[in-house]
Amino acid sequence: MSRRVHPAVVPAQPFHLATREAGDGPVLTTDEGREWVETAVSRYPQKKAALLPLLSYVQSKRGWVTPGDMADAADALDLTPAFVHSVATFYTMYNRRPVGRHLIQVCTNIACFLNRGEEVLERFLEETGTHEGEMSACGNFTVLEQECLGACGFATVVHVNEKCFENVTPEGVGAIVQALRDDAAAYPNGAARAVEGGD
Amino acid sequence: MSYPTKHALETPTLLSRHQGDPAVKTLEGWRGVGGYETLRHAAGMAPDDITGIVRDSGLRGRGGAGFPTGLKWSFMPKDDGKPHYLCCNADESEPGAFKDREIIRWTPHLLIEGCLIAARAIRAGHVYIYVRGEFFQETVPLTDAVTEAYEAGIIGKNVMGTGWDCDLTVHFGAGAYIAGEETGLMNSLMGNRAEPWAKPPFPAQAGAFGMPTTVNNVETLATVPMIVDGGAQWYRQWGTEKSPGTKLWSCSGHLVNPGNYEFELGVPLSKIIFDVCGGAPGGKKIKAVIPGGSSTALLAGDELDCDTTYEGLQEAGSSLGTASPIVMDEDTDIVAAMRRIAQFYAHESCGQCVQCREGTSWVVQILQRIEAGDGKPEDIGTLYDLCEQMTGRTICVLADSVVFPLKSSLDKFRHEYEAKMTRSPMVAAGAAG
Ligand SMILES: Cc1cc2nc3c(=O)[nH]c(=O)nc-3n(C[C@H](O)[C@H](O)[C@H](O)COP(=O)(O)O)c2cc1C
Ligand code: SF4
Ligand code: FES
Repeated sequence: MSRRVHPAVVPAQPFHLATREAGDGPVLTTDEGREWVETAVSRYPQKKAALLPLLSYVQSKRGWVTPGDMADAADALDLTPAFVHSVATFYTMYNRRPVGRHLIQVCTNIACFLNRGEEVLERFLEETGTHEGEMSACGNFTVLEQECLGACGFATVVHVNEKCFENVTPEGVGAIVQALRDDAAAYPNGAARAVEGGD
Repeated sequence: MSYPTKHALETPTLLSRHQGDPAVKTLEGWRGVGGYETLRHAAGMAPDDITGIVRDSGLRGRGGAGFPTGLKWSFMPKDDGKPHYLCCNADESEPGAFKDREIIRWTPHLLIEGCLIAARAIRAGHVYIYVRGEFFQETVPLTDAVTEAYEAGIIGKNVMGTGWDCDLTVHFGAGAYIAGEETGLMNSLMGNRAEPWAKPPFPAQAGAFGMPTTVNNVETLATVPMIVDGGAQWYRQWGTEKSPGTKLWSCSGHLVNPGNYEFELGVPLSKIIFDVCGGAPGGKKIKAVIPGGSSTALLAGDELDCDTTYEGLQEAGSSLGTASPIVMDEDTDIVAAMRRIAQFYAHESCGQCVQCREGTSWVVQILQRIEAGDGKPEDIGTLYDLCEQMTGRTICVLADSVVFPLKSSLDKFRHEYEAKMTRSPMVAAGAAG
């Protein structure tokens, strides 16, 4: 069942479903892209305000934001590419290079830190065989250290693409990574929480 | 995890009453519990009468600063002929806080109702709910609720048939703590880097899109309908003169029962931490608590008898902030904890002010070397100097936000810093001389 979507919520779609259906192709200059931009822009008194939603939209279609996308965004909103670049680099959620199909973000901020968040991060790096921010050779994983994800009572908090895992312990990491490997085909479009990680 | 977390203290559940009931996420369910009746009534009220009730209720902003909400609304101009905006701050990025998330995902219609009533009071024609981009799962119930409310004629032209128009848009951020600061939020909404601006201009003069704007926190706005419905005196039966009503508390860190709990303002902090949250796991002692989210001064384990009101926590030398106690048990390494907190602020500094951009990084570097046992004799003095330099001199209070936990930890746990110093032979020599 597809959800009804009012234009009022177009700038806040659950972008991180990251369908990646665009591949290497254009996003903002297709008919669908143009229509999306028009709807988003209609919600603001100034065009520029649609910039963040627009970059997020691109990322949902490609998994990351290319320099070409930034130029297209600038074009669509009458901005300079340099300005778009300065905005895109200010916000941490825009990936400026390809990331693994499972983008794993581990909070190590204070509440998670107190609940062994730094160890959880280490375990994810070990299990995926990557360094922080680097995509695994198989293209399945990128692990990032994150600031507070707003679920501090359920530390350690880990996001895998659009899914939120709570109460993750270092001991529970292996099972999560294995589930992601097994689930590679079904992922990333599953809507519910696949795994409530940890103990 | 089950939400919200129940507790045995005798204090009313107002704001979180419907949390945990999936039925109220839908319009039908929300109407079933009397939802949108207050909006229908308020949409026919004079804006100043709504502001008056909220002012008399004594409601204070729940976003951290505790500014009186009715007073803030009264700053909005009247009859100026300009469009006005309401920004609902759903950025929830203060480490320790996770309360707005529950409101958004359990009672989205409550938030919409509060937003529209507030919009009426400040004469706004468009509400923007700015949600932190990381809350994508959490935001689905909200976007569904907005779609339903638009389709039912509750938002948009002719709100509930009252002849009053008000739009509402849900907008996603993209990962920046500083977008939670009100001017940073408005810049971000406008498509800019989320850099705060120096006031004036104040938001009520020239805010979002250069127009008069009010920024309010999610919890503040979600509290408005019950106040308009029940009246100022009704709301004031809870809490104290200066801190009326109830409040959600996000409890995290070393606790047996962490979670969100609603209390009447004024419950002793020790009751929350021990009676409700069960103290630290394993029966360990509590070394310190940061009571109001990571930007507030920490209290030592023997300072927890204070009242959880704005004035009570101020008297105790800290502040209520976002009401998000972060609890550290006796085994916590205070220097390491402060290092991690400082890293956050260094990472999130927007870089406009030198005291903040440089100061936060220096604090991190010094704490890292003390943690590693390579501290220098003058480091503690340098940290105090930095605290001095970073207080009250910047565009926004992010720099001050590092100082509160850091300085209080130096004052209260200096011995822990010093104990790490003595590991270095150079420091040992320095300390002896
Ligand atoms: C660095 C910084 C971050 C902030 N983050 C938030 C936030 O995430 N959510 C919030 O509601 N207020 C936040 N605030 C407070 C806002 O600036 C503003 O005071 C608040 O949203 C006003 O709403 P209220 O009057 O209803 O409390 C932050 C302030 C600062 C200085
Ligand atoms: S204090 Fe820090 S975060 Fe705030 S405006 Fe200055 S540099 Fe930016
Ligand atoms: S500190 Fe990890 S979610 Fe807040």
